[in-house]
Amino acid sequence: MEKTIYGYVWRFSRQQQVTMTLMSAASLPFLYLFYEIPKTIINEAFQGIGVDFPLNLSEKLTFNVMGQDIPLLGPFEMSLDQVPYLFSLCALFLVLVGINQGFKYIINVYKGLTGERMLRRLRFELYGRVLRFPLPTFRKMSQGEIIPMITAEVEPLGGFIGDAFSLPAFQGGYLATILAFLFMQDWRMAAAAVALYPLQLWLIPKLQRKVNLLGKERVARVRRLSDKIGETVQGVQETHAHDTSNFVLTDFANQLFWIYGVRERIYRQKFVIKFLNNSIQQLGPFAFYSIGGYFVIQGDLEIGTVIAAIAAHKDLAAPWKELLNYYQMQADASIKYDQVVSQFGPAGMRGPDYQLIEPSNLSPLEGELTATNLTLNDDQDVAVVDGVSLRLALDKRYAIVGSGGSGKEELTLLLARLLDPDNGNLSLGGDDGAILSEAVTGRRITHVGAAAFVFAGTIADNLFLGLKHRPLVAAEMDGAAARHRDVYVDEARRSGNIEYDPDADWIDYAAAGVEDAAALCRAGAAALKRIGMDEEVYQFGLRGTVDPQSRADLAEAILRARAGLRTRMANDPALLELVEGFAGDAYNLNASIGENLMFGNPVGDAFDVEHLAEHPYVLDVLEQVGLTEQFLSVGFQVASTMVELFADLPADHELFQQFSFISADELPDIQALLQRSDRANLSALPDEDRARLMSLPFKLIPARHRLGLVDDDLQDKVLEARRYFASHLPDELRDAVEFFDADSYNASANIQDNILFGKVAYGQAQAVDRVGALISEVVEEQGLHEAVAEVGLNFEVGIAGSRLSTAQRQKLALARALLKRPDILILSESTTSLDSAAQAAIMEALLADFEGRCLIWSVQRASMAAGFDEILVMRQGRLMERGTYADLSQSNDYVKELLASE
Amino acid sequence: MSLNEEVELLRSIPLFANIEPSKLKLLAFTSERLAFQEGQSLFQQGDMGDAAYLVVDGTADVIIEGPDGGKLTVAQIGRNAFVGEIAILCDVPRTATITATAKLDTLRISKDLFFRLVNEFPTMAVEIMRELAHRQEQTNLQLTEANRRLRELESSGG
Repeated sequence: MEKTIYGYVWRFSRQQQVTMTLMSAASLPFLYLFYEIPKTIINEAFQGIGVDFPLNLSEKLTFNVMGQDIPLLGPFEMSLDQVPYLFSLCALFLVLVGINQGFKYIINVYKGLTGERMLRRLRFELYGRVLRFPLPTFRKMSQGEIIPMITAEVEPLGGFIGDAFSLPAFQGGYLATILAFLFMQDWRMAAAAVALYPLQLWLIPKLQRKVNLLGKERVARVRRLSDKIGETVQGVQETHAHDTSNFVLTDFANQLFWIYGVRERIYRQKFVIKFLNNSIQQLGPFAFYSIGGYFVIQGDLEIGTVIAAIAAHKDLAAPWKELLNYYQMQADASIKYDQVVSQFGPAGMRGPDYQLIEPSNLSPLEGELTATNLTLNDDQDVAVVDGVSLRLALDKRYAIVGSGGSGKEELTLLLARLLDPDNGNLSLGGDDGAILSEAVTGRRITHVGAAAFVFAGTIADNLFLGLKHRPLVAAEMDGAAARHRDVYVDEARRSGNIEYDPDADWIDYAAAGVEDAAALCRAGAAALKRIGMDEEVYQFGLRGTVDPQSRADLAEAILRARAGLRTRMANDPALLELVEGFAGDAYNLNASIGENLMFGNPVGDAFDVEHLAEHPYVLDVLEQVGLTEQFLSVGFQVASTMVELFADLPADHELFQQFSFISADELPDIQALLQRSDRANLSALPDEDRARLMSLPFKLIPARHRLGLVDDDLQDKVLEARRYFASHLPDELRDAVEFFDADSYNASANIQDNILFGKVAYGQAQAVDRVGALISEVVEEQGLHEAVAEVGLNFEVGIAGSRLSTAQRQKLALARALLKRPDILILSESTTSLDSAAQAAIMEALLADFEGRCLIWSVQRASMAAGFDEILVMRQGRLMERGTYADLSQSNDYVKELLASE
Repeated sequence: MSLNEEVELLRSIPLFANIEPSKLKLLAFTSERLAFQEGQSLFQQGDMGDAAYLVVDGTADVIIEGPDGGKLTVAQIGRNAFVGEIAILCDVPRTATITATAKLDTLRISKDLFFRLVNEFPTMAVEIMRELAHRQEQTNLQLTEANRRLRELESSGG
């Protein structure tokens, strides 16, 4: 990248900078006229100085070329009286206002866009470089440092870039114009006005240099601070585990103190500069008043000349100030640019072509994978992989065996071309490995490490990620979308960004050996099955939702499964006790009163179950069916029972959280409420107390809580409220609830709840397992298993896959690698989080799968190498021996040692 | 059946007989009502125990499996029976399997919950200690009686 920000700006926005400077220059004459007109209005139109009315315009408006007056109006004769002349000048003034503001608008927008495009280019360039960093760089550079560099630190550069050339050109030109004007009028006055400028030009850069150094220090310290915050987030568990919060906080406070210290020095220096600047600026008038005044009193100077000098000095002040500001701004921008750019060119960075160029030949690899004298040093120059030479056939399965620090992991990274060797080389079927682009290594070879990363998104996003190399099928676009796409491409070109369409279909179906999306889903499911994750994904699917509009077929099949479940229940009384189905005219004892009343799922926040009692419509429904009194009474009884049961427990007791209707903090309030209320006359309570009591019954589930408060009468009334709730629901709330309907699919409930269409009964032994089995039966019966698993692919895995277990993340990473069907699959302890049965199953499946293909597996235990064609023994970075497991486990002492230590 | 009835049932169990009703109510409220179908087992011999069961309604067989694998039904239990209580007092494996012989309704008192309540209310612990000491006394008496008879038999036989 360019060494200085000017170099960068000039290289990528030369044309725009010139255009802006020219536009600024073009605006100058109008600006000059704009300042000139008021003078003419006052002198000529008001006072008639130097003009005789009626004024002959054709004589006045002349243009002097080489001593000859050329009339601007040509041969036309025109003369004006004083008043029309005044109004003409005023009209001209208005026109100039418009022209000047128009210039300003156009220049500012142009400037803003230029700056923003350059900023986009810079960020894209920096981000692209991050992708090309050699992996060891990330041991020294954390995301906490990289993020602020690409986001916050370069942000002010956008503003500066717009001004980089045009501002000094414009303000400089402005200053020069005024100076020229002044010199033409009276050179001595003009010289006096600028007499102190050289002093400023000498002094300010000297002071600014100190501020610049401090600025650099501040940037570095803030970067360290953000690094610290990132580290805190990642290691928060350890902080709690060892009670080191105070230590961490102190360290943070210390860093803040240093930043404050730097800031303090910056402020002092910066405002010293400002102080000097303004003081020197005022030295001008001081000289005019004292020296000029002295000469006026002496009679050596006319008073008019002094006043003109003061006025001229004032005119110069504005552009001069802008120039000085610009100087400080550019100093700041230059530091930021240097600071950022110097971090983004680590040694060993790969060139952009390595990623961007699509090779013409991507046919399957052939021949051998040959490594000659591969050497990799760590940052202390100790060889981690030391002179390894080997030839691997592409139709064999190899296990790499060795202890923890034997270099086996690094060897897999070298073979996958994820790390560059410090010495030696790697070739693939005769092609030099160093030349092979990422398109070849990343598609024909796949590496899965122990801590394989899972990205935020769905399981499908992660599973199919390995197939997204280039957009293959353009998205279908109507007119508006096509125009938008054109703008997108145009903007991408203007700022040197990649032009690919994010909405295109990026999936390389051929690489997975399938034709279309549906077949890919099946292939994905097969890959998941092979590594034993199919059942988990099916369970995700049961808890997933389906859009009945786009998947009408699936919704209907689920409804058939619901009917199937109902038939089974009707035929088997034992099942009837397991599930209490929803019925519009029956009270569901396993659902809460709130659920019984609403008889549907809330959509959005309006009818959120936790706050149902606060909703005015719900309260109105209760009032209308005459339930208010009863709710108050039930609420009172619930409150009394809770106080009776829980009052003796300490406030932080976990029974509160698990069982109480009332939180520990509320309990004293409720106790007081009960004491002051009269059970017979609850409606006399103040609104706030009533609301408290009213809210309690909503959560009451008769089958679970067994308080004996929900009698037949209350049930009937709640059913009446249910009918009223549905029939009187205002239009604006119609979308806030989706009612339970036996014949239609409920889009806001998950698949399992849609099949169940009811509640799993409380208090039945092993109810959850038995219901689960029952659901599986009806799902199979409808042939829905595959479709449900497909819904499971849309499960959101959370940030860095945090909603999956470590074992699930490893399995997903393996399935992702398998789906790609690589020529060489390199695994590095990638099943460590799985239990040994699952590990063995996966190993068996993969060994069968890669019969006659190339599998290189760095195994965590030597005994795991038994089923491979050949094993490579790594010890202290060297390839010690290779051979079959049968031979080496007998003859090689090191292998024997490893086996014995398991 | 409501909470108050469950409390009455709990009071009829000697282990809980002297505990204040309000504490029994909390125990009942925080315990789970669990129904078993005919043929389902409450627990299996040899499992680690995690809960005791109070039979609210129904019948069940107590089955002991011998070392040779043979199964022997040693008792039948019904309403008001309290089974598995040793498990909530100390960590021992179940000494028998209990299988419902008709629809069985129980109140499941988990060890975890029971200990939390005992921790919270020392009077409850004292009452239980008293009951256990009483049992110990009974057992001692029975043992003495058994020893006496054994000696009698030995002396009469020898």
